[in-house]
Amino acid sequence: MKKYINNIWLGIYTVLVGMKITIIHLFAKNVTVQYPNKHPLEKASGDKMPMNARNRIFVDMDLCNGCNGCARACPVNCITVQTLKVVPGDAPPLKNGEKRGLWVPSYTLDFAKCCFCGLCIDPCPTEAIKMTTEFEYSAYDRKDLFYKFSTMTDEEIQQKKELLANFQAEKAKKEAEAKKAADAAKAAEAPKPETGELKIDN
Amino acid sequence: MEQQILTLYDWIVKLSSSNLIALIVVITLPLVFLMVYALVAILGELKISAFIQERLGPMRTGPWGIIQPVAEVVKLLQKEDITPDAANKPLFNMAPFLMFTAAYAGFAVIPFSSHFVPAGINLGLFYIFAMGSLAVIGLVMGGWASNNKYSLLGALRSVAQIISYEIPAAIVILTIVVLASSMNLQVINANQGGWFWNWYLFGGPGTAWKLIIIPVTFSMFLLYLVASLAETNRTPFDIPEGESELVAGYHTEYSGMKFAMFFFAEYANMFVVAALISILFFGGWNSPFGDFMNGPIWGVFWFISKSFVFVFVQIWLRWTLPRLRVDQLMGVTWKVMTPIAFICFFAIGLWLMFN
Repeated sequence: MKKYINNIWLGIYTVLVGMKITIIHLFAKNVTVQYPNKHPLEKASGDKMPMNARNRIFVDMDLCNGCNGCARACPVNCITVQTLKVVPGDAPPLKNGEKRGLWVPSYTLDFAKCCFCGLCIDPCPTEAIKMTTEFEYSAYDRKDLFYKFSTMTDEEIQQKKELLANFQAEKAKKEAEAKKAADAAKAAEAPKPETGELKIDN
Repeated sequence: MEQQILTLYDWIVKLSSSNLIALIVVITLPLVFLMVYALVAILGELKISAFIQERLGPMRTGPWGIIQPVAEVVKLLQKEDITPDAANKPLFNMAPFLMFTAAYAGFAVIPFSSHFVPAGINLGLFYIFAMGSLAVIGLVMGGWASNNKYSLLGALRSVAQIISYEIPAAIVILTIVVLASSMNLQVINANQGGWFWNWYLFGGPGTAWKLIIIPVTFSMFLLYLVASLAETNRTPFDIPEGESELVAGYHTEYSGMKFAMFFFAEYANMFVVAALISILFFGGWNSPFGDFMNGPIWGVFWFISKSFVFVFVQIWLRWTLPRLRVDQLMGVTWKVMTPIAFICFFAIGLWLMFN
């Protein structure tokens, strides 16, 4: 009997609690933004994007160190990064002061393929790839959605390639010389330990 | 009643010296009111549901979307009127109109003002209750004639529902009849004149001894409120038309104008039960503040605003509570509401005996 009355009381009380919650929401501020009439970034409509808004992605090439993390994270493979090794002393450091190890001659992002999952944002070590607040960028042609972020011109790329090739050739030459010298030195020095050994043996 | 008051009917007869015109006006006025009310209620439902979910609701049709219900009605009128091949055609076509007729027939005895009630019959309360139950026949007819499992299940559930909620509702209404010693809604209203403490929610007119029965009348009000939600098939008792279980229940196969009839009938029923609550417990067309803003014209205002409060409560509850299961409804009505209604009836009878 006690349980019966308690259940009735709880039934009424919990409904009243629920009604209180809904009436509070009835008078709360609406979250809807009347989009085509009002832009979500206007002062009147809150001046900010929702927390998980998925918009156009931008890559700051002054920060990109060409680690390829974004391309590997991308589930639809819409990012392609091509890199080129930097000749020591040739490159300015990254914007955040880190040493630049790779040139990025080509960084492309195909927004026609992009699924806006945002997985490319997290692995970036230098925070070069970011969500912007721009979302109105539909295009008439699919080609217009193929974004090229790299700031390097063709001549620069050519130049850097040559530089690298020269450097590598030089390095290879040096290495070869060094190796030859080392070999020669080794050859010259080689008998000594043998004699030494022999001596010890004897 | 002690003196013959000049009703709207008499007044029009005097003006036009024609009984026919007066009859037509008296019959048409509730229909006009019902149509306007249905539009307001549809918009209210859309807007209130939106605001409770912190949305804006319809905003594009007219300023703040106020023409949206008109657009919806026009849409329903334009739609193709489909009758399924396997349906029982006469029953299928009759059901929505029967349901709407039953809902609208309830308006015949609703006293809008002290000087205007379409039919001031002495069995008003009995009649309105009978008409409210008649709507279920239309519902069962539609569900059966559709020849569709979901419709049939919805109809069966509504039958199970009606035998559950009608008993506590009927007992509560009987208790009010005992208190008011009349079934005429106009008399019940007139009894509650004066200040708001004369409402039957607060025990009706009487001496300080009525304080004893205030808990009883309060619980009667709650019982009738719950039963009225079940009667209008609204959440948490929208078991016959539960979208997630039965597509749309008994009106799954209906489209166009016939669906609109079901729709209108539902909203008309909502108003009838809300009006009944305001008549039985909240003084109907009486002003809550004695002679302040009291009179035949203000009576319309008070009556309609009181009824709208309960229409709002129905919408409010819809967005608060989830749907009950069939067995839960049975449990609530048979195990809780029926015994409590009997206790209330007994208590009021006892009180009247010693008073």
